[in-house]
Amino acid sequence: MSTETKTPSKLEKVLKAGHLAVTSECGPPRGSDAHPIKKKAEMIKNYVDAINITDNQTSVTRLCSLASCIHLKLMGLEPILQMVTRDRNRTALQSDILGAASFDIFNILCLSGDHQVFGDNPKGQNVFDLDSMQLLQTVRHMRDQKKFLGGDDIGRPPRMFVGAAANPFADPFEIRVPRLAKKIAAGAEFIQTQCIFNVEKFELYMKLIRDRGLHEKVFILAGVTPLKSVGMAKYMKNRVPGMDVPDEIIKRMSGVPKEKQPDEGVKICIETIQRLKQVEGVKGFHIMAIEWEEKVPEIVERSGLSPRPQVP
Amino acid sequence: MIVAKKKPIEEIIDEIKGYQKILIVGCNECVTVCESGGKKEVAVLASALRMYFLNQGKDVKIDEVTLERQCDHEYLEEIRKMIDQFDAVLSLACGVGVQFLAEKYTRTPIYPGVDTSFMGVTQERGIWTERCQGCGQCILARTAGICPVSRCAKRIFNGPCGGSTKGKCEISREIDCAWQLIIDRLKELGRLDDYEQIQPIKDWSTERAGGPRKVVREDVR
Repeated sequence: MSTETKTPSKLEKVLKAGHLAVTSECGPPRGSDAHPIKKKAEMIKNYVDAINITDNQTSVTRLCSLASCIHLKLMGLEPILQMVTRDRNRTALQSDILGAASFDIFNILCLSGDHQVFGDNPKGQNVFDLDSMQLLQTVRHMRDQKKFLGGDDIGRPPRMFVGAAANPFADPFEIRVPRLAKKIAAGAEFIQTQCIFNVEKFELYMKLIRDRGLHEKVFILAGVTPLKSVGMAKYMKNRVPGMDVPDEIIKRMSGVPKEKQPDEGVKICIETIQRLKQVEGVKGFHIMAIEWEEKVPEIVERSGLSPRPQVP
Repeated sequence: MIVAKKKPIEEIIDEIKGYQKILIVGCNECVTVCESGGKKEVAVLASALRMYFLNQGKDVKIDEVTLERQCDHEYLEEIRKMIDQFDAVLSLACGVGVQFLAEKYTRTPIYPGVDTSFMGVTQERGIWTERCQGCGQCILARTAGICPVSRCAKRIFNGPCGGSTKGKCEISREIDCAWQLIIDRLKELGRLDDYEQIQPIKDWSTERAGGPRKVVREDVR
């Protein structure tokens, strides 16, 4: 992979300097008080290179991703703007990309988004004018060709490091690597994966990626989530679409008393990171501590990922 | 066919309860096949309404007629002579027929008796499922004959999304993942390599987004 950076993104610099990157994410609040998101960011800022802000995740209406990213930017932090195609047509997507670029937000994660049936407006319309791959193409087009989709020139084009999500565990498995290849072809420069609990399956996925040389074409950040309880593990296994939580994890969590389960969850998370560090092609970690951001510093430290590198 | 389902009778009664002479008009096409608005359903609904009004002690006249189609002038003309005898018409055709009736007979209130749902197939007796949303620019050649516009809950052109589980859609275990079907069929056809072609951004101007649509064939006018 080229070590020459294309954007001012700190995440891009860290990755291209050859460091294992660490990202994490914060969900915005359900109200207009930005304090909770700032507090979460404050908690983790010295332990991560960049912070994703989710975009109305699970289709539940929240303070918008763009405004939350601006709050982080004003704190001097490095936000990753998550953008789903569920709620905006191509006019709104391009407009919000420019809005983010006007605040020098240098990272974007392109997603389709959970279906609205899961959220607080199940009777609403969805848009899906574009899908996640077409959004990747759109951001790259705006950045590299300096043009709108309609063909007109953009004054001060966005300078964004462009990412996508990958779920190694969704079905059908055989299409997972071809699908990643497609996202790379569409313009993805970094990938954040779904939470990894089934490490063996992920290792197989990474082998198939290496067989095609795709690990040389994109920075893959392995997604990890600390489990708070055996209840959470079971919920993720049974209720979250496309999530693979093996029985051994459930067994291990239920094998310790309730008050020790959070510690066990953190321990599993750290062990997962340690093991995945050995996997060729893993270029960093994306720690999704769901409403448990205060655990991120400990996970980063105990995984040997601290201190974070300084990049110019 | 255009698939419709019967409206709840309470909703129908609520709309027509103020009238004394009502004509129920069925349609011999799609709604007959999907068993929501053909001759049989007209008769059943007419009996139920007569019974209801009788029990209410109301003298309401309810007549029945089923036309060959309600989306063509010539068949709608068949009721011109009788329509003035009624103070309301309840059409069991799809929304197309209801509107065409209303356009033709401007002085008579026309009410819908079915909820028009989608373009689909008879999956098996009593089960109808969606296949087409009339996007105006068919892409089935590129998706192995399975439509992501009508069959993927997110209308994703480069699927499947991360929610596809064991061949089912994230929104319901009752719904097949369209992209699983596409991949299975590409495999069957020996064309799995086609999967890696990125489907371009769609031109939605030929769909609802472009406003009411019209097809003109000068050679047959």
